[in-house]
Amino acid sequence: MVTIYDAKPGLSRRELLKRGGIGALLVISGSAVISPEHAWGLETSALKPETMATLIQMARDIYPHDQVPDKYYAIAVKGHDEQAGKDAAYKATIEDGIADLDKKSGDGGYRGLGWEDQRVGVLKQIEATPFFQAIRGGLVVSLYNQKEVWPIFGYEGESYSKGGYIARGFNDIEWL
Amino acid sequence: MAASFDLNNDGVVVIIGSGAGGGTLGNELAQKGVDVVILEAGARHEYEDFINDEWGSFAQLAWTDKRTTSGDWRVAKDFPNLPAWIVKSVGGSTTHWAGASLRFQEHEFKTLSTYGKLEGANLLDWPITLAEMEPYYAKAEAKMGVTGTNDWPRLPGNNNFKVLKAGADKLGYKECHTGNMAINSVERDDRMSCQQTGFCFQGCKWGAKWSTLYTEIPKGEATGHLEVRPNAMAIKINHDASGKVTGVVYADKDGKLQEQKARIVAVAGNSIESPRLLLNSASGKFPDGLANSSGQVGKNYMRHTTGSVYAIFDKPVHMYRGTTMAGIIRDEARHDPSRGFVGGYEFETLSLGLPFMAAFLDPGAWGRSFTTALDHYDHMAGLWIVGEDMPRAENRITLHADEKDAHGMPIADVHFDDHPNDTAMRNHAYKQATALYAAVGATRTFPTPPYPSTHNLGTNRMSEKAADGVVNKHGQAHDIKNLFVSDGSQFTTGAAENPTLTIVSLAIRQADYIAAQMSAKTI
Ligand SMILES: Cc1cc2nc3c(=O)[nH]c(=O)nc-3n(C[C@H](O)[C@H](O)[C@H](O)COP(=O)(O)OP(=O)(O)OC[C@H]3O[C@@H](n4cnc5c(N)ncnc54)[C@H](O)[C@@H]3O)c2cc1C
Ligand code: SF4
Repeated sequence: MVTIYDAKPGLSRRELLKRGGIGALLVISGSAVISPEHAWGLETSALKPETMATLIQMARDIYPHDQVPDKYYAIAVKGHDEQAGKDAAYKATIEDGIADLDKKSGDGGYRGLGWEDQRVGVLKQIEATPFFQAIRGGLVVSLYNQKEVWPIFGYEGESYSKGGYIARGFNDIEWL
Repeated sequence: MAASFDLNNDGVVVIIGSGAGGGTLGNELAQKGVDVVILEAGARHEYEDFINDEWGSFAQLAWTDKRTTSGDWRVAKDFPNLPAWIVKSVGGSTTHWAGASLRFQEHEFKTLSTYGKLEGANLLDWPITLAEMEPYYAKAEAKMGVTGTNDWPRLPGNNNFKVLKAGADKLGYKECHTGNMAINSVERDDRMSCQQTGFCFQGCKWGAKWSTLYTEIPKGEATGHLEVRPNAMAIKINHDASGKVTGVVYADKDGKLQEQKARIVAVAGNSIESPRLLLNSASGKFPDGLANSSGQVGKNYMRHTTGSVYAIFDKPVHMYRGTTMAGIIRDEARHDPSRGFVGGYEFETLSLGLPFMAAFLDPGAWGRSFTTALDHYDHMAGLWIVGEDMPRAENRITLHADEKDAHGMPIADVHFDDHPNDTAMRNHAYKQATALYAAVGATRTFPTPPYPSTHNLGTNRMSEKAADGVVNKHGQAHDIKNLFVSDGSQFTTGAAENPTLTIVSLAIRQADYIAAQMSAKTI
């Protein structure tokens, strides 16, 4: 099982500092991917935590929204860890896919590429692979179907319990 | 009290499907004292159970049994196992539908005579005229509470409509209003008026929008002549040596096969399932499937020439608030070949929530060009194009050669290629809609490809002559007197208008015919 938790698992801020964690986007610790800046962590059980960290970066590069924090991308891809735990062939697809991505990215690996354009260039090379399609296809639901991200886009979601929009601005446009 | 009929009762009319066609026919017959069993593959969810959530509602109501696709339409690439977005639930697609209820135009019943022969199109005149349909349209509008008819006011315009209207005015379009909607604009029929919740596609939790689920079906049940059997998937229609149909084999809620005997069978499973069932009922006597001496069962599949255009503005719109489809421009619905195509199309307001917008705006797309569109979701307005598409013999439903469903029934394959007329019409509509939004100040527009089909038509077409089609002007099979087709698969051609008002009108008309024939003992 993958758990997302809001506090850092076991690592103090000092330890993170020691590992050079602060300032980096995501830190790997044991079986966890940690976001020191935003105080959340994600523990993996089947996939390597490095793989998960790369998946999170890859998810952001596929559907980049600068106003959406990493946490939601992490939630969006955690299903791959669960799936990998149940299905060895699936696990291999993901691990091999990420390994290939890293290889194509040069010495520092995929996460080592500094510009989004560079990473997108690598993604373009693998766009047609079942690996990429599995990640992208799952993501379009798992990212945008999180109720927590809807307000970031100005989508208000469920409205029945609030009595619809009949008294809440269904026709409030003013600039026409 | 809802009736309950014995499996061996061979005096009942068995209807397959409880949607627009089947649900209406069932109630109309029950009101006349005819005993009816409706077999419905889906479960029964009442309107309180509906979910204001796009994927959640899809999981609750949509038909997700596997289908396959082929042809040059983009749906075959992006959604290879989801050719259609329709429903498997009591009430059928009238749970999901948006309520737009338009009469066909006179010439749309006479396309072969009006448009002439068109290469690659299997055009044919309907065996009925608008004049014959008018009294039934009136009955359907009264039954469904269609706004703008019977002195019912039109719905108030929401934000998305106001943008559409402003653009329509700038372009000089004349006929633009909030539509003829089968949605209560005032309380009537013991149901509330529209509360502008904006989840029409997810089932109306207020019951303001007409659906057979909470209008026709309970009314029919109240007569004591109607039984709706949910979780009952029809697999095969049986017949006797004379060729008359005698009963329907179905898988019950436990997957066990049962046979309901019948005096008459009416097929209303929507235009993919209805031909699938007729084809799967092939026998020694009818080796090509029931009612298929013409070879037309499954052919001429139509889905309307659709597409959407979304536009982004520098100021907020909040298009998702309020009635999804209460907004229409009808000026382009005319037949005017000078535009480079025959037939016409409507513009109707449309909005998707963020989850569906992400899935359908440009399926498969990724990267910033795509995501910056979603970044301005609350600044978006949108419309849907719905136009007449050309019937083609090769656009068809067939039984899959080797894949079967959970009950061992071959799954359906849906083949569709656009006719050049469809493409020309769609491109015209994209251009007009882009100009419309530009006129209101859009900073970016998106010509969005057609979604999985919500309108599915034509696969058991109606024809004057038995050689040209599957059913006659009453939806009665040319080959088998006590077999009827009662859904949109009867359509000879598709017209520019949303189909449901016509499906309901045909069902009312068919009920009169069936009852009369039963009294006369001809069936
Ligand atoms: C999102 C959406 C929006 C729409 N908006 C509009 C609109 O605004 N205006 C409009 O005119 N139309 C609209 N439509 C289309 C409209 O819903 C359909 O045209 C109409 O419901 C079709 O009626 P039908 O009787 O042919 O089939 P349906 O209403 O689909 O009913 C068929 C029923 O048969 C059942 N069935 C199928 N096969 C079997 C079987 N073998 N055994 C037992 N049961 C079976 C199905 O489960 C289903 O419940 C919309 C559709 C969708 C999905
Ligand atoms: S907007 Fe109106 S019709 Fe649509 S779901 Fe809400 S109340 Fe029902």
